[in-house]
Amino acid sequence: MATASHYVRADTIQRYTFRERIMHWLTAGVYCYCLATGLAFYTPYLFWIAVVLGGGPTSRFWHPIIGLGFVAAAVWMHTVWRRDMEVTETDHRWLTRVNDYATNQDELLPLQERFNAGQKLFYWLMYYGAILLLLSGIFLWFPEYIPFSLAWARSTMVLIHEIAALLTIGGFIVHLYMGLFLVPGSMTAMTEGYVSRAWARTHHRLWYIRATGGDSPRKNEAEPG
Amino acid sequence: MSNGPLEIKAISGHAGTVPGRDASRDYQICKVIDVTTCIGCKACEVACLEWNGYPFRETVFDNTYQTMPDLAWNYYNLIRFNEHVADDGTLSWLMRKDGCMHCADPGCLRACPADGAIVQYANGIVDFNQANCIGCQYCVTGCPFNIPKFNSETKKVHKCTLCSDRVGAGLEPACIKACPTGCLHFGSKDDMKNLAERRVAQLKEHTSHKSAGIYDPPGVGGTHVIYVLHDIEHPERYGGLPKDPHVPLLVRIWKGPLKWLGNVAIAAGILGAATHYLRFGPKKVEEESAQPAVKKEEPN
Repeated sequence: MATASHYVRADTIQRYTFRERIMHWLTAGVYCYCLATGLAFYTPYLFWIAVVLGGGPTSRFWHPIIGLGFVAAAVWMHTVWRRDMEVTETDHRWLTRVNDYATNQDELLPLQERFNAGQKLFYWLMYYGAILLLLSGIFLWFPEYIPFSLAWARSTMVLIHEIAALLTIGGFIVHLYMGLFLVPGSMTAMTEGYVSRAWARTHHRLWYIRATGGDSPRKNEAEPG
Repeated sequence: MSNGPLEIKAISGHAGTVPGRDASRDYQICKVIDVTTCIGCKACEVACLEWNGYPFRETVFDNTYQTMPDLAWNYYNLIRFNEHVADDGTLSWLMRKDGCMHCADPGCLRACPADGAIVQYANGIVDFNQANCIGCQYCVTGCPFNIPKFNSETKKVHKCTLCSDRVGAGLEPACIKACPTGCLHFGSKDDMKNLAERRVAQLKEHTSHKSAGIYDPPGVGGTHVIYVLHDIEHPERYGGLPKDPHVPLLVRIWKGPLKWLGNVAIAAGILGAATHYLRFGPKKVEEESAQPAVKKEEPN
């Protein structure tokens, strides 16, 4: 056991490396801070969140700075997961049958790689959302440098910032629901790093085959290291 | 200004109705700025600084009578100067006391997300409460008159208070007291509209300003600072007074339909996820038909 690969074990497979888990939870943490403070500024009914998090001025001060952290984390994630997230022809076929996925008839769907088409869509939603939030957020961060003749830019950027945030919130709700409730095993995958073989076979067959060298555990040669 | 607290509500041992009930004056207050009698002396600016305890700012010479380019967080009140050459070659010196208009539909208040940072009083005054300000400057985005100014050190936004601290004590604003030509007046909105109308009629009758008029823009619900202008058709000549100001359309969309759309979408998303779980439940992992034997994991 001592020299065994950490990648494929007899009954489990490593789904996310330590680096990926750090990356995911860092992104999640900064996103949640921006989400909480952002919701406080979004509606008076949630302004109490800003009070809980240190007061309105404090929240306004940190929101854009932590927001930069979210963008940085998104860029890091992009360098690591960009290849895995490329949308393929199979993903298009999967998406035409997304109804079967939503009704838990997964056996009707094309076999999936490490990430399925839904995960990829969520990834790109957050990636482009981060870019939009950054670009519009700069205007909201330093409005005092925008001359009155460009006042339209201020209100346009506020609108873009809020729409982009709402889109990421939509994705985030689905992401939370799936991670916590719909797909048992995915939460421990992101905390401990491992999934069962059966989990990998069921949800990400092509990745499972690639990682193990096939359905048979004897083909462990495929494992790295 | 208002004698609301001393309005009689009930009288002991009194037969019949209470005298004075429902005969109260309109408590909406208003400042009139008659630019046709403004001489640009800046006494109002000095009075404003003195009352609010701010230092005078250094002036910038730009070959006109404009002493400084813009309002500032500690400079609520600035005379805008413009030399206007008419088509017939006549020159007019246009001077306008610029500052918060105290809109009945204040864009700053609509845009502000901070609880209690902007207060609109029943008398019409729109006041910033810096203790509650979070420094986001959404008010700047909401204002169609370019009035709120940011103090980058304290991260608070300031503007003319219409001397709410004086008006609340029954006094008129500091600028009114200082004006030497009587171009500034303060009173109830009805009285001030009346006064402005009489002045406009006078201008039309006795001067060449046949298109004189009152600037009380309906796009922001009317304002509690109104102007008498020589030419109501061209307010923009007076240092960029907007012709038909509105709370920006995008701000109204942002604070109106988009909020409700967003709230409904978020609530629907959460409810939808919960309903989906109850209907379809969690995804099952299909057990492998041939469960692999546990294999010793040693390097090959």
